[in-house]
Amino acid sequence: MTRLTPFNIVSLTLGFAFLYIPMLVLVVYSFNSSKLVTVWAGFSTKWYGELFRNEAFLEAAWVTVKVGFFSSTLATILGTMAAYTLVRRARFPGRTLFSGMIYAPLVMPEVITGLSLLLLFIAIGLDRGVLTIVLAHTTFSMCYVSVVVSSRLVTFNQSLEEAALDLGCTPFEAFRAVTLPIILPAVAAGWLLAFTLSLDDLVIASFTAGPSATTLPIKVFSSVRLGVSPEINALSTIIIGLVTIGVVTASLVSKRAISRRAAEERAAET
Amino acid sequence: MKRVFTAIPYLWLLGLFLVPFLIVLKISLSDAAIAIPPYMPTLDLSEGWAGLTSFLSELDMENFVFLTEDDLYWKAYLSSLKIAVLSTLLTLAVGLPIAYGMARAPEDWRPTLMMLVILPFWTSFLIRVYAWMGILSNEGLLNQLLISIGLISDPLVILNTNTAVYIGIVYTYLPFMILPIYASLERMDPSLLEAAEDLGCSRLTAFWIVTLPLARPGVIAGCFLVFIPAMGEFVIPSLLGGSSTLMIGKVLWEEFFSNRDWPVAGAVAIILLLILIVPIVLFQRQQAKAEAGH
Repeated sequence: MTRLTPFNIVSLTLGFAFLYIPMLVLVVYSFNSSKLVTVWAGFSTKWYGELFRNEAFLEAAWVTVKVGFFSSTLATILGTMAAYTLVRRARFPGRTLFSGMIYAPLVMPEVITGLSLLLLFIAIGLDRGVLTIVLAHTTFSMCYVSVVVSSRLVTFNQSLEEAALDLGCTPFEAFRAVTLPIILPAVAAGWLLAFTLSLDDLVIASFTAGPSATTLPIKVFSSVRLGVSPEINALSTIIIGLVTIGVVTASLVSKRAISRRAAEERAAET
Repeated sequence: MKRVFTAIPYLWLLGLFLVPFLIVLKISLSDAAIAIPPYMPTLDLSEGWAGLTSFLSELDMENFVFLTEDDLYWKAYLSSLKIAVLSTLLTLAVGLPIAYGMARAPEDWRPTLMMLVILPFWTSFLIRVYAWMGILSNEGLLNQLLISIGLISDPLVILNTNTAVYIGIVYTYLPFMILPIYASLERMDPSLLEAAEDLGCSRLTAFWIVTLPLARPGVIAGCFLVFIPAMGEFVIPSLLGGSSTLMIGKVLWEEFFSNRDWPVAGAVAIILLLILIVPIVLFQRQQAKAEAGH
C-alpha cells in the first residue's frame, strides 16, 4: 500500500501536528524570559538556571533516579524469571493464578494499585519512604518486563537449551550460557521500559511515598496544580530532549542491526 | 532451577499484589474509626479462633450501602463511564485515519513514522497533560490564536471543563490507539483494495468493506487500551478538569487523602474494579484469540 491519497497526507500531517505541537510549545516557552508563560518577552535561559538552583527539585530528581534504578533492576530479574516460568513450564500447581497475577497489574487502575500497596505497608508497619516506592514500582513493572521477555522467549528454539543440558550443563549454566544471551535484547528493553515507567509514575508513588521521600513527578504535580510555571517548562524540555536522543539513537541502532543482518544474509546466500 | 524461577516471582506477587488486594477488600467491609489505622475491626490473631470469628462478625456491607445511598458516587461512576466511552470513540476517530495513513505510506517511511508515534509515549505522561494547561487556559495560546484571526472576540473557557478532559485523554492515549490499528493494517494486501475498486467500489466503499474489517482486531485492542485506563484516570481530571468534573479516580483519591475515610475508599476501589472486570476479561480473551490466530 504505497499510494498516499490526499486524505492520507492530510490526516498524517494533522495527526503529527496534534501530537507534537503541545510539546513544541513547552520547549519554546521554556526559553521565554517572561514569568507569564503565555506572553513572549524575548529569549532567555534563566529558567534553566532557576531549575538547577532549586534544591527541592534536584533532591526529588535524585530520589526518582534511585528508585527507578533499583526498581527496574529488581523488576527485570523478577520479570525475566516470571517470563521463563510462563513460557517454559506448561504445568505447575497454581499456574492460572500466576499468569493472572502477571497480567492483572497491567490493566489495574493505578489508584487501586497504589491504595492497596499503601494499605499493605501500613498493615505490616513498614515506614513509607524510598524502600516502599521501590517495592511498589517493582511489583507493577515486573509484569511489563515479563510480557516483553516472554514475547522473545516464545520465538526461540528450546532445543538449544536441551543441547546444552545434554552436553552436561546444569540447568542454571544452560540458562546463563544459552538462554540469557539470546533473550538479552528483550531483557534490556524490559529494563528500559521498567525504568521509564518508574520515572513517570505519579499516582502509585503518591500513595506509597512518605514525607521523607518525594519523587520528581510528585513535586511537579504539586507545583503545576497551582498553574503553569516556566521552571516546569524548562524541566519538561530537558526530559523531552533526553527522551528524543534516547529514542532516536535506539531506532538508529536497531535500523543498522537490521540492515547488517540483511547484508550478512545476502553474503551467506552468494 | 525451574522451581526457584517460579517460586520467587510467585511469592513476590502473592505478597505485593494479592495480599494487598485482599486487604482492600477487608477494609471496604470495615467501619471507619478515629484510630491508627483509621478503621475497625482489626484482626487480632493472638486471641485465636475467637478473635477470628468476632473479627468476621464485625465485617459488613455498610460502606457499599453508603455508596448506593449517596448519589455523589453514582454520578461519579456514571460520569467516568461516559467520559471514558466518549473519549475512546474520539481517540478512535482521531487515531484511525493516522494509522491508515501510516499503513499506506512508503515502506521506508514507516519506521520513522512508528518512532514518531512511540516517542511521546516515552516522555512523561504528566508533562504531556501539563502542556495543555498552557494551551487551553483563558489567556492561553489557543485563545490568543482564535482571537488574533478574529474568529472569536472573548476567550473560550476550555481549561477546567470536561472538554479539556476529553482533549487530554485523546492526546495522551492516542499512541495506544494508533499502534494496534497500524499493526493490523500494515499486513494488508494493497491488491485487495485495487480489486474492490476494479469491481466498481468507490474508494469510500472500498475502505468500508475491505479496510475496516481488516483493521477490526486493532480497533478492538486500541479501544480497550484507551477505555480501561481512562476509566480510572486521576491526573487528567485533576489538572485539566474543573470542580464539576466528576471522575471516580479523583473521588477515590480525595476520599483517601482528604477525607481519610479508608473504608469508603476501599469500597469505591472494589466497585471500580467490578466495573472494569468485564472489559478486562473481554480484552484478555480477544488477545488470546488474536495470538491463537497467528
